[in-house]
Amino acid sequence: MTQQPYDVELINVIKEFASPRKDGLVRAVDDVSLQISDGEFFALLGPSGCGKTTTLRMIAGFEDTSSGQILIRGNAVQDVPPFHRPVNTVFQDYALFPHMTALQNVMFGLEMEGVSRSEAKQRATEALELVQLPQAADRKPRQLSGGMQQRVALARALVKRPAVLLLDEPLSALDLKLREDMRYELKAMQKTLGITFIFVTHDQEEAMTMADRIAVMDRGKVLQVGTPEEIYETPATMFVADFIGETNFLRGKLVGQEGQYGVIELDSATTMRAMCGENPPAKGVETTVAIRPEKLTLFPVNGQVKYPDGSFDTAEAYRTAILKDPDIEVREGTIRQAVYIGTDTRYVVGIGKDRNMELTVRLQNYGLRSDAFFEKGQAVYVFWDSENARVLTS
Amino acid sequence: MADSALHSPPLHTGQEIEFDRAKIRRDMIIRRIGKVGMAFNPIFAYFFLWAPIIILVVFSFNNAETVSVWRGFTTQWYQNIFTNALSAGTESARFSTEIMLTSVGNSLFVALVTTIISTVIGTMVAMSLVRGNFPGKSVMDAVLYLPVVIPEITQAISLAVFFRIVFDFVNNANDGLRAAPGFGTIIIGHVAFCISYVTIVVRARFADMNPRLEEAARDLGANEWRTFWRVTFPLILPGVIAGGLLAFTISLDDFIVTFFVSGIGTTTLPIFVYGLLKTRVPPEINAISTLMLVASTVLVGVSLIMQGRNAGKN
Ligand SMILES: Nc1ncnc2c1ncn2[C@@H]1O[C@H](COP(=O)(O)OP(=O)(O)O)[C@@H](O)[C@H]1O
Ligand SMILES: [Mg+2]
Repeated sequence: MTQQPYDVELINVIKEFASPRKDGLVRAVDDVSLQISDGEFFALLGPSGCGKTTTLRMIAGFEDTSSGQILIRGNAVQDVPPFHRPVNTVFQDYALFPHMTALQNVMFGLEMEGVSRSEAKQRATEALELVQLPQAADRKPRQLSGGMQQRVALARALVKRPAVLLLDEPLSALDLKLREDMRYELKAMQKTLGITFIFVTHDQEEAMTMADRIAVMDRGKVLQVGTPEEIYETPATMFVADFIGETNFLRGKLVGQEGQYGVIELDSATTMRAMCGENPPAKGVETTVAIRPEKLTLFPVNGQVKYPDGSFDTAEAYRTAILKDPDIEVREGTIRQAVYIGTDTRYVVGIGKDRNMELTVRLQNYGLRSDAFFEKGQAVYVFWDSENARVLTS
Repeated sequence: MADSALHSPPLHTGQEIEFDRAKIRRDMIIRRIGKVGMAFNPIFAYFFLWAPIIILVVFSFNNAETVSVWRGFTTQWYQNIFTNALSAGTESARFSTEIMLTSVGNSLFVALVTTIISTVIGTMVAMSLVRGNFPGKSVMDAVLYLPVVIPEITQAISLAVFFRIVFDFVNNANDGLRAAPGFGTIIIGHVAFCISYVTIVVRARFADMNPRLEEAARDLGANEWRTFWRVTFPLILPGVIAGGLLAFTISLDDFIVTFFVSGIGTTTLPIFVYGLLKTRVPPEINAISTLMLVASTVLVGVSLIMQGRNAGKN
């Protein structure tokens, strides 16, 4: 039985550089293994300096691996120079040839393949149309805006019809608005063309918006690979949880088990339940619980709660009602800070027996602001579904 | 600690702010003096730099044999140098337009060959210094400036000694070969120090060039050879031309090295001019020097323009 090989496969790839002071080696990429399938939009996500560019450069062939293997469609490519790899790159600074027009830039790769000038010109023109830049064909790169240069770089790489397109932070030099538009455009283009994209970014929103799967990297290592939803909802480590979106971390000790949940003691008077992963910590071990701010909700301790249908109830009655759901947990707290930020309001709530454990809560401003606004110092109940709390072991 | 902010009294809201007028006035005066000084400084420096040269140019049009008083405008000396005639009192046996033009031809020939050789070698050296990665690279990088800074007389003597040793060796070898100083030695001497200049100029251009451009070319299917000719070379070309023009100018003007390593029948223009000066300074010297000045200025000017061209960084 033959299995369709992955488009790109990295097997235990390590890359070491001489350290800046030449007194040893630094690991830019540390034992990375990845499998990227045909037609996938794959993002390498991580903070600056975590080894994303180096990984990409090894796939493109600009850097050798120190150890490990890279396979492209099942072929080991150690000894294959960049100009023989079925892979093309959109560079972070675009790297357009400044002495050539946009059209000549796009034609370059075809001429290197030995395509006739007239055919190269036609295909290059089509590529510029694909990126909606036919009018810029005869302009030099310096006469083009950043966004236009980025499109030319894209056309120049795509015209080669590569098996895999590598993109190194291609949107980072663009204005915010353009950058956001380009996310959807790139994604749509990738789906139409069916080319495998490996996309490097340090912007988690960018990765979440575009990628089919994301590999989160930190200090040369891949910490987690998964769909945007998996990465966001079930982060494997504290780093992943912290890097992707906002997260509350609470330190505590695992003291027991309650159904599918582990019970964590936050302080002598406060516990909470949380999902344990595949290898739960032993009892009594210090662990961290993570829960996203938008999974938390507030209602006042004193006063009334307004339901969506407009009716009111007392806080106490409301509390009793929601606690009928066995997965819901409610804790008392005090508002420490309230910041209105448009789409939602961000609260910091102190919980626990001394109210010194902080939880960030985000409440969407779906109604009038005055409807759901809590003041600093106000006593509140925080509640959440325990399924959304997770024990992280590293 | 936030406490440190409390060591100076805070400005309370609504409190009136008092400016120290005297202090402001004093600082404004210092600023004005600085401004005037900034303007005059280069004027002084440029005066010392350019005064002798301007006098030379002016007196090349002076209607007088002696170079001390202005007696009106003439192009006589320029005419003289092209009509075989030198002003009275000069032994005209030592001057003829033909000999002068021959020496100009020699100078141009030497400069041209020097330029070609040193540009090719200098560009290759620059490329390996910037892109290469080999042991001893940093040492080679450091000694690159040596020929620019060591006294030319040292270079000249060392070359003369070097050629003497080589010629003694060749001529004593009893194989019928005979070697003597000539164009070969002059060109080798010039190339020896022009390489540094070319390398320095081209290297600056290389260093300015985005290495991603060469990677992009390889990414798009160009091997090293085609990458060089389609991307690298067009982008460093202004630097190569600038370096070449610099080498050309330096070779054309060179006196000391040429004087030490030249032989019979290879007189270059600077050597020829020096010969005319042996007895006294005829006014035609001013004319010839002015022409040389114009030629050099044009070449260096073009070289600078080429060096200043956008280095291909976007
Ligand atoms: N050519 C190189 N020589 C030495 N160290 C390098 C080189 N390229 C990258 N590094 C180091 O490797 C690490 C990862 O760099 P890089 O892959 O560029 O990170 P990223 O793209 O994620 O910001 C950094 O610490 C960087 O300093
Ligand atoms: Mg990078």
